[in-house]
Amino acid sequence: MPSPLCLFHGKLFTIALAFKKNKTMNVELKDIHKTFGAVHANVGIDLVIPAGTIQGILGENGAGKSTLMKILSGFIRADHGDILLDGRPVVIHSPANAIQHGIGMLHQDPLDFPPMRVIDNFILGRKGSLLTGQAEASREFKRLAEQFSFSIDLESYVDALTVGERQQLEILRLIWLGARVLIFDEPTTGISAAQKMRLFAALRLLAEQGKTILFVSHKLEDVEGLCNRIAVLRQGHLVGEADQPFSTKGLVEMMFGRPVSVGERNPCGVGDVTVSLSKLSVEDYRLKVRDVGLDVHCGEVIGLAGMEGSGQALFLRAVGGMSHTVGGKILVNGHNLIGRSYQVFKKHGVAFLPAARLEEGLVPGLNLTEHFILAEEPKGFFINWDKGRLLAQERIKDFNVRGTPANTVESLSGGNQQRALLALLRVQLALLLLEHPTRGLDIESTIYIWSKLKERCQQGTSILFISSDLEELLQYSDRVLVFFSGKVTPPLEAASLTTDKLGELIGGKGWTELSSGKGA
Amino acid sequence: MKKNTWINLGFQAGALVLALLITTLILVAVGAPPLKAYLSILSGAFGSTRNMMAVLITWSPLLLTTAGVLITFSAGLWNIGMEGQMTLGAIFTTGMLRLLEDAVLPPALIIILGILAGIIGGAIWAALAGALKTFGGVNEIFGGLGLNFVATALTIYLVFGPWKRPGVGSMSGTQPFDESLWLPTLPGTELSLWSLLLSVLVIIVVYFLLRGTHFGLRLKAVGKNSRAAFLMGVPTWQYSMLAFLLCGAFAGLAGGIQVMGIYHRLLPNISNGYGFLGLLVAMLINYQAVWAAPIAFLFAALNIGSVQLQILYKLDSSFAGVLQDMLVLLVLLGEGARQRFVKKD
Repeated sequence: MPSPLCLFHGKLFTIALAFKKNKTMNVELKDIHKTFGAVHANVGIDLVIPAGTIQGILGENGAGKSTLMKILSGFIRADHGDILLDGRPVVIHSPANAIQHGIGMLHQDPLDFPPMRVIDNFILGRKGSLLTGQAEASREFKRLAEQFSFSIDLESYVDALTVGERQQLEILRLIWLGARVLIFDEPTTGISAAQKMRLFAALRLLAEQGKTILFVSHKLEDVEGLCNRIAVLRQGHLVGEADQPFSTKGLVEMMFGRPVSVGERNPCGVGDVTVSLSKLSVEDYRLKVRDVGLDVHCGEVIGLAGMEGSGQALFLRAVGGMSHTVGGKILVNGHNLIGRSYQVFKKHGVAFLPAARLEEGLVPGLNLTEHFILAEEPKGFFINWDKGRLLAQERIKDFNVRGTPANTVESLSGGNQQRALLALLRVQLALLLLEHPTRGLDIESTIYIWSKLKERCQQGTSILFISSDLEELLQYSDRVLVFFSGKVTPPLEAASLTTDKLGELIGGKGWTELSSGKGA
Repeated sequence: MKKNTWINLGFQAGALVLALLITTLILVAVGAPPLKAYLSILSGAFGSTRNMMAVLITWSPLLLTTAGVLITFSAGLWNIGMEGQMTLGAIFTTGMLRLLEDAVLPPALIIILGILAGIIGGAIWAALAGALKTFGGVNEIFGGLGLNFVATALTIYLVFGPWKRPGVGSMSGTQPFDESLWLPTLPGTELSLWSLLLSVLVIIVVYFLLRGTHFGLRLKAVGKNSRAAFLMGVPTWQYSMLAFLLCGAFAGLAGGIQVMGIYHRLLPNISNGYGFLGLLVAMLINYQAVWAAPIAFLFAALNIGSVQLQILYKLDSSFAGVLQDMLVLLVLLGEGARQRFVKKD
């Protein structure tokens, strides 16, 4: 005999089913706490996000944004607190479980399968029968793609797509899986301006359809331009919320607890030429960069602009002795180093800081003291650990790294890893080569890194850096080289450029005018 | 921090208990009384001076191969080829002794030259695996494994071919050397204090090398992230090659000692599985050099002790291997489980 309670449960179940069919969802976070060892990453966070909202989550690196989003999307479990979806408390066990609840997350580095086709990526993760149902899936994909005016070839391989296209694929996939809440973690990093506009249009459309969007970023401009509401996190706390219209000053103060201003631009260096390139030619299996000539002055900063893969990375590595050159000269303080190994370049005071900090720059598993000892010229056979620790302490203090000598590098946040990398450089350098020195860093770290770099310029180090941030290029460079599919502009005075002009050159427009007269 | 230490210990103890449980089940399944079997292993290892000597004799080459693995692993290399490197050490030592046995030289000098030849032989074989890896892009696991087979084939060729005993060649090896060319042993036993001393010395050197020297730190940097190490100015492939050379030298020394101290001739399978066993020891101690000596000793004791099982219960002496492998497998499994547990926490 069914008890009344049983009937009641049955009813609840039907209600739950009805919710499942519902296209919208309100999200509520209540008193969320999370600690990692001694770090309190989320401290009692309360946040209500109604359906159809684009909610910005703003904060500097290490403020606890990612932790909060990982809790909501099932990657990690909160120590304490509740997640309520449409008022019902839920426990989210895993990312797969989250998508069953209708929550999907797009990660900063897309978590997809590059060696597989777009259609395979699309179908993966779909629960279903033995057969994949490709025909139906591709119909659905096309229907959804059309809705957002995305154009991705279903048969192409994911590793041939740009980061922006991979995002688009991931959005379509999550919606197809029934996501009603979409979380975007720093989605505007590494995509082109046009792709950003398409992304924002898609997000607005999704919000109109009643989807709930969480947009995590440390870029004020993006958050201000897109979001309906903004929540600001600082050191694990939710320090404030704001509705439109936003006050930039107010947001910055909430993020950092104090107003920040950007640094001064140095006038163009007029010192001696420290590094001179003539007719430098570099190539790899798909790209040729030919006959680049450049005189770099003492203390000068030269920005290398261009879409990813236009030849600037190849060029930069060639100047550091790390990629194969096919001709020309590289004179560093008068010594021609063409064809010599990286070690020789290093001896002549050329240093290289890679973009992938943990993959190429630092050694995960070793602590800061060990790094500082490694970076020094070894003296004697045995390590003097006491001296190493002192050195580490000193540099950590000098470079404002948030960490101790015994911290392993992977336990530091991105900004602190970058500071540590800078701190590792030996003191006297002729030329410093940097790939995306501030990618993924918040404003405060960016300003700090550049102030340290400018200090080096004062000491006579010249800098060549790659960046995809137009404003960074114009703000910090004295001159800029623009790369477009292997072609290089003559050095252009940064002061004579605007972001629009630079953007056009990066996109391959306005090159004929350049070659017909105006050089630098 | 304190809490984590306890959790670690808990998982390790759990793995140990589970390993004993499973081997006990196996003993029951094959019809041997478990408790008595374990006791007989103990008495087999430590029941008499003679048995204890045998444990020490096994301990010495095992320490050497463990020391070698610790070096290559620090450089991020899986040197599976230590069996072959040990064999080549044995071959080189035998070759040197055959060359000099009729020469008018003091026997002590011949012995030293023989040992040096073994070290060089092992190092050459390791350098081959290293060169295949560095210049040929052959993964060191495949290179090492292939070279193991070549080394075995070479031994058999020598034993049955150019170096065969007068008359007819046999699996029992080459003609034994004159007693003057044997490594001096304690009277009445096969235990050579020299080999013991050398092995202990090597493991101590490796411990300090990895712990407190620039060489060790740079080796670790290469092992953990060779791109970053390169950018920091460490000559990476040279360090990989050095690691191979050192490891091969230790294995070759072990092979030479097998010839000069124990068998006094070259015979097939002279490496006796110590190369692989050293790998197991290194995995069990999670590549911490401090623990190498005691755990290698435990493994040696298990090997010797289980010889008794064959006599008493007609169990093959490879039962020691079952226990050792189970231990390694479950400790690794326990480590994985611990990491998941700590992460979830």
